[in-house]
Amino acid sequence: MSKSMKTKRTIGNAITYIVLIVISFVWLFPFVCLFLQSLRSYNEGGGGMVEYLLPKQFSLDSYAFLLSEESQFIRWYGNTLIIAAFVALFQTIVVLCVSYALSRMRFKGRTFLMKFWLILGMFPGFLTMICLYFLLKQFGLTQAGAIPGLILIAVASSGMGYYVIKGYFDTIPKALDEAARIDGASRARVFFTMIIPMSKPIIIYAALVAFMAPWCDYVFASYVAFGYSDSYNVAVAMQRWVWTNDYQGYFTRFCAGGMLIAVPVTILFICLQKYYVEGVTGGAVKG
Amino acid sequence: MGKDANSGNAGKKSKKNPVGKFFSGLGNDLKELGLTFTEGDWKTKVSYLIMGFGPLMRKQFVRGIAYLALEAVFIFYMASFGVHYLKDLGTLGTIARVLNDNGTYSYNDNSFLILLYSILTIIIICAFIFAWRMNIRENRNEEKLLAAGKALSSPKQDLYSLLDSHFDKTLLALPVLGIFLFTVLPIIFMICIAFTNYDQKHQPPTNLFSWVGLENFQNLFSFGEQGIGSTFFTVLSWTLIWAFFATFLTYFAGMGVAIMINKKGIKFKKLWRTILVMTIAVPQFVSLLYVYKMFANDGLINTYLMRWGWIESRIPFWSDPLLSKIVIIVVNLWIGIPYTMLITTGLLMNIPEDLYESARIDGASGFQMFRSITLPYMLFVTGPFLLTQFTGNLNNFNVIYLLTQGGPYSMELSNKAGYTDLLVTWLYKMTVNDTNYRMAAVLGIMIFAVTAVISLVVYGMLPSVKDEEGFQ
Repeated sequence: MSKSMKTKRTIGNAITYIVLIVISFVWLFPFVCLFLQSLRSYNEGGGGMVEYLLPKQFSLDSYAFLLSEESQFIRWYGNTLIIAAFVALFQTIVVLCVSYALSRMRFKGRTFLMKFWLILGMFPGFLTMICLYFLLKQFGLTQAGAIPGLILIAVASSGMGYYVIKGYFDTIPKALDEAARIDGASRARVFFTMIIPMSKPIIIYAALVAFMAPWCDYVFASYVAFGYSDSYNVAVAMQRWVWTNDYQGYFTRFCAGGMLIAVPVTILFICLQKYYVEGVTGGAVKG
Repeated sequence: MGKDANSGNAGKKSKKNPVGKFFSGLGNDLKELGLTFTEGDWKTKVSYLIMGFGPLMRKQFVRGIAYLALEAVFIFYMASFGVHYLKDLGTLGTIARVLNDNGTYSYNDNSFLILLYSILTIIIICAFIFAWRMNIRENRNEEKLLAAGKALSSPKQDLYSLLDSHFDKTLLALPVLGIFLFTVLPIIFMICIAFTNYDQKHQPPTNLFSWVGLENFQNLFSFGEQGIGSTFFTVLSWTLIWAFFATFLTYFAGMGVAIMINKKGIKFKKLWRTILVMTIAVPQFVSLLYVYKMFANDGLINTYLMRWGWIESRIPFWSDPLLSKIVIIVVNLWIGIPYTMLITTGLLMNIPEDLYESARIDGASGFQMFRSITLPYMLFVTGPFLLTQFTGNLNNFNVIYLLTQGGPYSMELSNKAGYTDLLVTWLYKMTVNDTNYRMAAVLGIMIFAVTAVISLVVYGMLPSVKDEEGFQ
């Protein structure tokens, strides 16, 4: 009896291993392809799509092109990096402020504010695109000024995304605050010297999520920077390489650019994975 | 329009109490205003006209000057700017441009500016009334304090209170202002656009647009030659189908993967997890654009299937409506499973092990245990998460737009909608490609209505919400 259970378990585990290996293969396959294609020489198929996977002639042509004067890739990369860094910084600060106020303080209009923001969040973000564009234009933050403009837009409305951090603050016992306040500490002091240091994991989570978003921002970035290639971010620029058919030769370059973006971001992410998992799990349970 | 009205009714029903509260609050407010005036001294009475007069006379200089400055700025704003736009709100302008003698045009009324600044002005007026009310209350409080023989707070104390008892105001001031300027104002503006004829033919500054009432909504629900009713419902139904499959397939598949990784006796748990998490880390536009090319007619998948002789002709993944829908949902599994895997992993570990132990003794099979222990627990805990996932998927722009841009297209769908378009990608295309802002605004309101109705209905049904009090 116990022996048959054992064999049953072994078979079960074997099947699980097989499924996991298949899954890993499927999940990694596109990235392996991306990597291999990025190494294909420009002499084969002129950098376009080809009918095979393994390059016949390995070379770093595409990478060399991206890093050369000929392409603006470094500029686009820098743009995106700047946007991501500033958005991560400011957005985290804004969200921390809002979360503390909503979690710890009871003031008139608090529930109204929370309900109002919840309703606002149900409107699709793209609805207001033309109006935002116009507002940015008034401040001179489109085309040439698109980078600060994009940062402004991303940060301005970020207060509404307070759920995860507020949820985390709610789990910190209020008795701690009260004790410090009896000792004469002001709210601000409690916030800066107690709550923030205690919330390091969730702050890292918030900053990480904020940092990753601008790398994918295609929609608004392309609208605000329209026709002014100096202000493109990587998503906007490389999108054009893939979709415009005249740019056939850019396929391997797209792959190489993709690698240059994916590798650092992925490494950063894997390093901070622990915090990400914590934040995501906590946020999901509290809704 | 039907849906809109519905959501309005639903909102009203649940808000009956708040509405009543609001009016009784307003009544009390007016009573207090009158009381303050009759009972107040002459300084308070002058403050009804000249804001901050009372505090100034009571040597509260910082507060007094702040109120006075506020009033001065408001009057200046209204006179120099606000009134100018507000007076044209009814017509949104009458003359767009005038032909000068030298053959050039000079622009006159701009409907866009008139509408936007009118909304801004109305909101500023409301804010001013609020500030005026605060000014009255300030006077009353000061009088009370003085009558009781207490000292008024000094500027230093005021400043300190902003870091202590009024710290919320310091923290929320900028975020609320940001949300107001870049979310609230634009949303009100776009809701108004839904009732105008702002489109390609009515673009300021060369042309004016004007109010058209409910014409755009009629257009959305008319099924004739001109109307886009049938297209709207095609897109809407695909949006709902997509959100359903994208949410629940990823949820169950992700849970399955998590259970497999956490199974006893499986090694390298961290490795499996990290491999899956790669898809979250790699920016979607890289991975999705690459996957899009993989499934293309001349892409890798078709090429290899042909070479191995499994298919005769290339599979039109992106040009067949049904196939492209299926491919999108499958690719979304690839994107979504790691995410749900992460979330469910943590939760699965929270289920008490002895529950399984006793079930095993009773001779339950693995599937039975899943059905009667794991699933109910998970559904209970992740109910709100599933709801946010669902509404998020209704507006999942990236997956659709990076893969198909809404295509394949057909003559049967009007306004350049494609078979895989969600409402939100359609809205995007209307805004950017067609500059058909009037219909884009209507679509935006529809998306809001759909999201709001689903959220309200489902939220009330969630077990974890019902039992929340008991649970805590």
